[in-house]
Amino acid sequence: MDVTRTEVARRKGRAGSRRGSAARLGLLTVPVAFFAVFFAYPVAAILRRGLEADGAWHLGPLTDVLAEPGIRHVLWFTTWQALASTALTLLVALPAAYVFARLDFPGRHVLRAVVTVPFVLPTVVVGTAFLALVGRGGLLDELWGVRLDTTVWAILLAHVFFNYAVVVRTVGGLWAQLDPRQEEAARMLGASPLAAWRKVTLPALGPAVAAAALMVFLFTFTSFGIVQILGGPTFSTLEVEIYRQTSDLFDLSTAAVLTIVQFLAVGAILVVHAWTVRRRESALRLVDASRTARRPRGAGQWALLAGVLGTVAVLLVLPLAVLVQRSLTAPGFGYYRALTRADGGTFLVAPVDAIGTSLSYAAAATAIAVVIGALAAAALARRDAGRLVRAFDALLMLPLGVSAVTVGFGFLIALDKPPLDLRQSWILVPLAQALVGVPFVVRTMLPVLRAVDARLREAAAVLGASPWRVWREVDLPIVRRALLIAAGFAFAVSLGEFGATVFIARPGNPTLPVAVARLLSRPGDLNYGQAMALSTILMLVCAAALLLLERLRTDRSGEF
Amino acid sequence: MLLSLQAATVRFGGRAVLDAVGLDVAEHEIVCVLGPSGSGKSTLLRAVAGLQPLDCGRVLLDGRDQAAVPVHRREVGLMFQDHQLFPQRDVAGNVGFGLRMHGAGRSERAARVGELLELVGLPGAGPRAVASLSGGEQQRVALARALAPRPRLLMLDEPLGQLDRSLRERLVVELRELFGRLGTTVLAVTHDQGEAFALADRVVVMRDGRIAQSGTPLEVWQRPADAFVARFLGFENVVDAVVDGEAALTPWGKVPVPEGSPQGAHTLLVRPAGVRLVAADEGLRCTVAARTFKGTHVALHLQPRQAPRLEAACALRAAPEVGQEVGVEFDEADVAVLD
Repeated sequence: MDVTRTEVARRKGRAGSRRGSAARLGLLTVPVAFFAVFFAYPVAAILRRGLEADGAWHLGPLTDVLAEPGIRHVLWFTTWQALASTALTLLVALPAAYVFARLDFPGRHVLRAVVTVPFVLPTVVVGTAFLALVGRGGLLDELWGVRLDTTVWAILLAHVFFNYAVVVRTVGGLWAQLDPRQEEAARMLGASPLAAWRKVTLPALGPAVAAAALMVFLFTFTSFGIVQILGGPTFSTLEVEIYRQTSDLFDLSTAAVLTIVQFLAVGAILVVHAWTVRRRESALRLVDASRTARRPRGAGQWALLAGVLGTVAVLLVLPLAVLVQRSLTAPGFGYYRALTRADGGTFLVAPVDAIGTSLSYAAAATAIAVVIGALAAAALARRDAGRLVRAFDALLMLPLGVSAVTVGFGFLIALDKPPLDLRQSWILVPLAQALVGVPFVVRTMLPVLRAVDARLREAAAVLGASPWRVWREVDLPIVRRALLIAAGFAFAVSLGEFGATVFIARPGNPTLPVAVARLLSRPGDLNYGQAMALSTILMLVCAAALLLLERLRTDRSGEF
Repeated sequence: MLLSLQAATVRFGGRAVLDAVGLDVAEHEIVCVLGPSGSGKSTLLRAVAGLQPLDCGRVLLDGRDQAAVPVHRREVGLMFQDHQLFPQRDVAGNVGFGLRMHGAGRSERAARVGELLELVGLPGAGPRAVASLSGGEQQRVALARALAPRPRLLMLDEPLGQLDRSLRERLVVELRELFGRLGTTVLAVTHDQGEAFALADRVVVMRDGRIAQSGTPLEVWQRPADAFVARFLGFENVVDAVVDGEAALTPWGKVPVPEGSPQGAHTLLVRPAGVRLVAADEGLRCTVAARTFKGTHVALHLQPRQAPRLEAACALRAAPEVGQEVGVEFDEADVAVLD
């Protein structure tokens, strides 16, 4: 009954919305302009630098580069390690999504935040933490003489570590809000627990699982810091190759061609994704997330809980613990005290100043990302969104897919001369970070916005609310929580952003990840230890931000 | 006329959900649109509210065409079927929503919300959370919310649909009283004839996007326009008949018809009260197939030998047992010749 009604309402909605499309295009102008200036323009500049010569475009470099066996090998490795990482992450994290959504146990909220920490850590730190765990002289090496840094497993495990939270947050967040009675209804109709889950819950989760899997695939496909550190000379992704060509070999033409290849691959994935997800999204019955969790019952649920807790301990907590332990190996917090000194020539300022720089940049980037992302999500949420609008949906994801290195390098060469000379402006870094943060905001908000019952909006309209007031009065209160989560994610992503920032951060104002990388690039125990110490500080800042967010979430949930 | 629909047509795909509907609602009138699900009655309300654009025809409010008027400027109220209260607001926030949208100040709003909650029988419920309300209370809050901005026309979509029976019967009386007192103009839709008859000054029966009949509850009840309306109202004794003078030839034999009935081939309705039981060797011989206790009377299903079943109403004391043979005669006062 409800389903058919929704279906009818949807068809009716689609029939009657010509008036709305003008307003929707209005909403889109700001995000579109933002992306045109800060994404399309720099990318175009790179392409011109790479492919244009003597006022003409040459496609020769494209075929030349693709014919190289070395490049083909890189392409092949990039793809299969991304697929393997995605599958492995889903395998490990989906049970956790269930546990965090539906089981109530002491410390659940804190643990949910803990699980998110790895995702917001800079990739460089993740790579280093795993090196400290499974690399030469690492913990496993010390204990049992086991080393994984020469195999692909180190990369895969680090990718799971990094992306665990994507699945738990994206899928678990929705799962917690699904009405358990839907499944109970299926059970009453004769479905086994597994069948009920498969027929009722899984289809409802489908879009979220697809979105999470896509994100994980994109992150691992464009993995940079982790592969750079753990891949050694054997394993190289497209991203690492682009960086190597740009920064080590100064071969901009090859770098540009590789960027095009990555662009095409990512674009294709996103188009497919946009199709499949749109088709399956439906108005879901969302309920208060705090009411769906139950104490574990039966051996199966206890075993699942124990398994998830064990995985979290070994896979997520242990590498971080090793990181912290290594930062403390100098007596009397020696590495930490060294951070306050601006000596050694590595820095113009004390490394500890990077904390303030990072926080203010991240705050600015979050504000930009939330405004742009919320406007875009509001325009995209309508079921009757036209084809053009939907194409923009896919376009929004591109900064995620295109390498961060490209974004940073593009900023560097495109925004350094009139009409847009931002080289000396502090806003340059937040802009690049916001570009990476916007897709998170959109992805987090869209499913919730689309699940808002259209008739609630109609009720508000009949009571005299203009379209803008409908959004403010009906949509916003319901998505406020999603907006907070989105803001938190954007903030964390900005804090940890490395690939783009490393190109454009001014030498006097490095962000935390850039400072860590600079320390790591220097030889010697002191620099390594300081890097560990600074990473630990970054980790704590991120954790604090997320715990704060988690607090907000639980405080607000009472309103729903 | 306050509301006027002229040849209003809405098509979904190729199907006309509203098919050239013409309907007038006068000020202070309570009109109830009655029809089975899928007959287009909800679409009718959505078209008036502006939530559903018309493919053809016009909606006029106070004589003005509403084609270019967006939903939020039409000043009509709509109570949704499942209320659609805003879950994140308390009761006062819901009731005061429309006032706020119309720019009412805080004190004015508080006064009006209090007044309305009093009116719907929920005094002091303002700070309560919507989720804590029972179905009946939600219905009252939804009503108060719809009434708050003083809409020119209040529309109700299955206003009592989800409530239990006793509550429904009580509320429908309250609603009628309330609308009478306030002088509200109401356009309601329902699939429940009891609700429609109890609430409305005028009933409009819809079928497949068209209006099948329009009239006072009494008119519709006494003379359904056709076999569809008669069956929809719950009458079972509907057959084809040929009227000749003061009697009609039917599968049940000759049935007397009221004076002045149209002649020739027609549909004939015999209300259950018009089926009189007599001794088994008189009249049409039937077997009692089923009996249902209805409180004030017993409904009997009678099976003649070679004719469709007959439904009869009979006093509790005189009711025969299942399987018993009875005779049947017809009372012309409860016979109607349709179309």
